[in-house]
Amino acid sequence: MAEMEIDVRGETCPVPLVECRKALKKASPGDLVIIKGTHPASKKEIPMACEVMGLEILGIEDKEKGKEWEIKIRR
Amino acid sequence: MGEKAVLVLHSGDMDKVYSALIIGNGALAMGMEASIYFTFWGLMRLKKGGLEKGPLSKMHMLGMGKWMVKKRMNKANVAPLEKLMNDFKELGGKIIACEMTMEIMGIKKEELRADWIDEWGAVGTYVYEARDANITLFI
Repeated sequence: MAEMEIDVRGETCPVPLVECRKALKKASPGDLVIIKGTHPASKKEIPMACEVMGLEILGIEDKEKGKEWEIKIRR
Repeated sequence: MGEKAVLVLHSGDMDKVYSALIIGNGALAMGMEASIYFTFWGLMRLKKGGLEKGPLSKMHMLGMGKWMVKKRMNKANVAPLEKLMNDFKELGGKIIACEMTMEIMGIKKEELRADWIDEWGAVGTYVYEARDANITLFI
């Protein structure tokens, strides 16, 4: 099972969501996709997209005193 | 799959082209299908080198307003329209070009970015696409 890391720190709407979708399209079922970002709305909206697509969120973590976040998704 | 967003982009204004491509990409990112029907002033943005050429819908001020907004967009790290278009295509978004507009404005196929365009159509194509769409917007 592969692990994929996407860094969208500093990117704004809609790039984090789009890059997340691009990574999920490339990943195989079972792969782990980790997204790091700073855009506040995307922290909420990436899990929304996963819910719609029926994908499991393994964790949402705050980093750098809440300035960054990291979301782990199982494809 | 099965959920779908179908957008009509009638305006060629830069800010509205942003709206269409951002919403289109958002729909694709949420696992929906998406298509954008470029018509009238919107079709001008499919001309070669034309994507970023639109004026600002308000406070354009002969280009000064657009220049200021562009500067602020760069500062906020907003993606260029070219990237949003490439992402839209990469995620499977569909671009439809209005043939009647081409006739009215005297635009030939060779003048347009054929590499982006999936379909050339008229109102029937839009209605056919939008019939079972969950989201449809006129921008």
